Formats: sequence, structure tokens, C-alpha cells
Amino acid sequence: MSNRVVNILVPVISVILGLLVGAIVMLVSGYDPIAGYSALWNGIFGDAYTMGETIRQITPYLLSGLAVAFAFRTGLFNIGVEGQLLVGWFAAAYVGIAFDLPMYIHLPFAIIAAALAGALWAFIPGLLKAKLQVHEVIVTIMMNYIALHTTNALIRVVSHGGENTGNIKPTASLKSAFFESITDYSRLHYGIFIALAMVLVMWFILEKTTTGFELKAVGFNKNASQYAGMNVQKNIILSMVISGAFAGLAGAMEALGTFQYANVNGGFTGIGFDGIAVALLGANTPLGIIFGATLFGALKFGSLNMPNAAEIPVEIVSIVIAIIIFFVACGYVIRYFLVKMNKKKEAK
Amino acid sequence: MSFLDVLYFIIPAAIFYAAPLIFTAIGGVFSERSGVVNIGLEGLMVMGAFIGILFNLKFVDVFGTYTPWVSLLAAMVVCAIFSLMHAVASISFRADQTISGVAINMLGVAVALFSVKLIFGKGQTDYIQERFIRFDIPFLSDIPVLGPMFFKDVYSTSILAIGVAIGAWFVIYKTPFGLRLRAVGEHPMAADTMGVNVTKMRYIAVILSGVLAGIGGAVYSQSISGEFSHTTINGQGFMALAAMIFGKWHPLGALGAALFFGFAQALSIVGGQIPYIDQVPSYFLHILPYVLTILAVAGFIGKAHAPKASGVPYIKGKR
Repeated sequence: MSNRVVNILVPVISVILGLLVGAIVMLVSGYDPIAGYSALWNGIFGDAYTMGETIRQITPYLLSGLAVAFAFRTGLFNIGVEGQLLVGWFAAAYVGIAFDLPMYIHLPFAIIAAALAGALWAFIPGLLKAKLQVHEVIVTIMMNYIALHTTNALIRVVSHGGENTGNIKPTASLKSAFFESITDYSRLHYGIFIALAMVLVMWFILEKTTTGFELKAVGFNKNASQYAGMNVQKNIILSMVISGAFAGLAGAMEALGTFQYANVNGGFTGIGFDGIAVALLGANTPLGIIFGATLFGALKFGSLNMPNAAEIPVEIVSIVIAIIIFFVACGYVIRYFLVKMNKKKEAK
Repeated sequence: MSFLDVLYFIIPAAIFYAAPLIFTAIGGVFSERSGVVNIGLEGLMVMGAFIGILFNLKFVDVFGTYTPWVSLLAAMVVCAIFSLMHAVASISFRADQTISGVAINMLGVAVALFSVKLIFGKGQTDYIQERFIRFDIPFLSDIPVLGPMFFKDVYSTSILAIGVAIGAWFVIYKTPFGLRLRAVGEHPMAADTMGVNVTKMRYIAVILSGVLAGIGGAVYSQSISGEFSHTTINGQGFMALAAMIFGKWHPLGALGAALFFGFAQALSIVGGQIPYIDQVPSYFLHILPYVLTILAVAGFIGKAHAPKASGVPYIKGKR
């Protein structure tokens, strides 16, 4: 069995094990797993509307997955995607509300504002990591909470004490009349094209540019990169900033596409944290992230149908996702068994 | 309100909010001292908070006023078992400890909420009848000035928390077990050569962190929130993690940092009733602990180093 096959098999086996554990949990809790999973299936592929909404849900996952994966590829762990997403969400909504511009300026402006906000939010942990060797995990976790409270406060300021910013101007919206017409008025929007374009952008940066090569080299071995004359500090900061920009764009998808506003959040959206799972499942490669985001977007949206159709709490899917992450993290053991099984086969 | 009145008001509140953080942060100290990063403290706390409330609601008729204490034991046991997942993944299966911790966090919240909906048929539990109660410590509460500040209307859980911190300091720095624990976290191969069972030490440490985070969660839910829902433990575990780092991986340092975070939290909650502080927008008080943590880890309050082997799985025979 080649290494490549093993690399693909590990996430596939993890997903199967995750779904299996989910089924066992349902059985033990007195629910019917077949009814549960068929409700999930219908929640994803049921009709044109649910399919539109599923793709809509995949969109921010693509970007949050890219954000996590990009940092991973360069040896950094960005748990702050959630916070970067929130500031991006607010920035996009704010630009969408505050300005009166023609669409061809307004929409790009709002999107770029979101990316910049996310980048700025990631710049701080990047800077601290590069200059002071502060572990980025702790700083990004703290930045998540700061983002949550800051955006909530800003939304209250913008709305004069209200709970949401009010709808953005149509000139900043990613809404699509065409998608609405073919998906029975789902909230599917043009953001999916931006997200897919960003997958290409990540691939291009990492595989086709000198900067990308340097970023990866720093991720592999800091000392060797330094010895080879690369500016390690600059690359660490740059990597976090690019990662944060992807996360900010994920926020723009929610602000300009799905919701058309920003609202006060009692807690985290979870999209940023699930981005970790998306990236892991996709082995941090652009193509893999498309699969990872599709799986998680579909699971997350489809699960909303489970309480209605089968009276099973939606959290069952969060359990499945957590178990999948757990098994992907334990990839060593899965690899070990795969190799062992393979050897037995060859011996026969 | 005089300055002394403010102190009488804020210090007991600070200790009250600090107690869950102290337990959990000390749990983190044990785990990280052995070389296992435990980001999963948040998930363990969620589980502890949930089990505490569940047990309290179900057995209040049996145990009466002792219910919160018995519930604490239940939370300890369940979280010890739950933390085993993190232990198996990060010690035996060589998983990335941060990712395994993330999985624990997601799983803790998901399992707790799933169970709440399964058992109660709604998104939150009922309110508990029996909470941890306050009492005055005899004699000490009569001391002028200090008495009302530290010994009046105190929770026994707060006293226990401080006791656990001091106990942890003794265990980690004054016993052979503590020496082995630290050795395993600093240089596992050297410890292994000297005959210390690295795997066993790490398992014990992670389970201890589960036990203590479970207590932290159960104390939080049974003294502060009184029920369990998805917002009950919202970042408390991460705060405890920060307190551990702020406290430089030292039990007493973690105690101090947790008290400080408790103070910051108390300010943001009761600050509206204190002159001058009520002028500060609540937003600043909300982000204060997080900003301070970043400043602390950035070394502005003195540089500290994590145990050397923290985050690295130990693979026997590999150099």
C-alpha cells in the first residue's frame, strides 16, 4: 500500500468510525440510527432548497478550513480563526451599511475590508510568535474572546444599542437571484465562487510562488530556513496574516451572503473551530479542504433536519465531528493497523 | 460607598468566581508538568458542570444538603474517565495533543448538550435546589477589617480550592512523585533511563487534570450558575489554561493568577454597582482578563518557560 493511499485512507476510516460511534450513541440513547441518518441525508439532499442551503453552509467552511490549513502548512496552529471570522463579519457588514457606492466598488470594498480585519486580528499573534516566541495557540484563543466582546460592543455602537446592524445595502450583497430561482429561495449566494477561487489562491501561493516555498520551508524546519537565508520572523507573520485574511473572508460570506447583517453573538459560531476539523480531514491540502468542507458543511446543515424528522438532538452531529477529529489526530494508530494488515496480506 | 465597602464587596466576589478556575488551573499544572498539553480543560469543565447539575437534580431527595458534595464526587469520576480519552490519544496513540484537546472540547459540549436534550427534552436543565452554601468562619470572621473581607459568607469550596493549590504545591515540589512528574515533563528519556515509568506518570497526571477540571466545572455550575445550558461554561476552561500559563506552571502561581482572573470577572459582573467602575464601559471589563493574559504570556510580567517536553509524545528508544 503506497503512502498516498494510506494518507487518503486515514481520514476516510476516521469518518466511518465517527459515523459508527454516532450510530452507537443513538442506539444507546434509544433513538433509531437508521431514521437519524436518513433524516440527515434528507436534510442535505432532500430537495433543491436543502441542497442550496447545504452549499451555502459549505462556503464559510471552505474558507475557515483554508485559514487553518494555511497556518498548519507553515508550522503554525491558528485556533483564532473563529475570532478572525467574527471581526471579518463585522467589518464586511459595517462597510455594507456605512457606504453608498456603486456595486463594482462597494462589494469588493466590503470583501477586502473583511479580509483585512481578519488579517489584522491574526497579525497580533503572528507578531508575538515571531518576535517573542509566544505560543500562538494561547494568544489566538484569547483573541477569539476579545473579538467576540469587541464585535458585540461595536455592533451595539453602530446600531445605537440594538442587537443587530440592520441589513447591508444591496450594492454590497452577494445575494443571487439566479441561485434563488433554481434552489427554491434558499440563501445560496455568489460567495461560493469566492471561496473556490481562494482554494486556487492557496494552492497557487503554496505551490507556485517563492513566498509559498519559503513559508512551507519555515514550517518544516525553522533553523534550516534561517540558515538558508530566509527571514523566519517575516514568514511567520506573513503566514498568520494570510491565514487571518482567509478567516476574515469566511466572515464576509456570512455578512454579505447568508445573513446580510451582523448581530450580537452570545457565543462562538463554531465555524472557525470546525475549520480545524476541515483542515485536518483535508490533510491541509487545497483539494482535501474541498472534501473536508463539503463533508462538514453537509453534516452541519443536514443535522438541522434531525430534530424535526427523527426527534434526535442536532448535537449528535457535533459528537460525530468531534470523534472524527479525534481519530484523525490518532492517525498514527490507524496507519499502524493499515500497515500491519497490509503486511499480513503480502505474507499470504 | 467607601473604599473599604468596595473591598468588602469585591474581594469575596473575586474569590467566589476564582474557585472553579483554581481547581481547573491546578489540573492543568499537573498535566503540563508531565509533558501533556491539555487544551481540553474547557471540555472537561463542561462535562463536570453538566454531571454536577444532573447528579444534583436526580439525587437531591437522597442526599439532602450533602447533594452538592456527592455531585462533586460524581463529576470527578466521570471527568476522570473522560480525560482518559485525551490520555490514550496523546500518550499512547501519539496524537497531536493540541488537536486531541480540541476534540475533547467539542466532544464535551456536544455530549453534555445531547444528554440535556435527551434527559430534559429542552436546551437547558432545571435549576438545582441544593447549592453550595456560604457560612461565616467562626472567630476568624470577627477579625476587624480582614474578617468581613475573607472570612464572612465564604464558600467551603473556595477554601477547598485554596487548600488544593497548596496541596498541589506540596505534591509537585516536596514529594518523590512530584519530582518524577517534573522529570517526565522536562526530559522524559532521562527519567525513563532512571527507571521512571513515563507513560504511567503521564496517565496519572492527565487523569488528575480531568478530576480537578471536573471539580472546577461542578463547583461552577453548583455555586454560580445553578443550572446547565450551552453558555454555562463559556471559556472558563481556557481562562484556567491562561491562569496556568500566567502562573508559570506553578501551583501557587496558578492560584494567584486564578484569583486575579476571578477579580477581573467579578469586576465585569458586579462592577456596575461600584462607584467609578460603573463609568467604565462593560466591554473593557469583559475583555480585560484576555488582554492581560496576552500581555502575561508575551512576557511583560516576567518570562516563564513551559516544561521542556510539553506537547511532545514520548516514544521509547527514539532519540
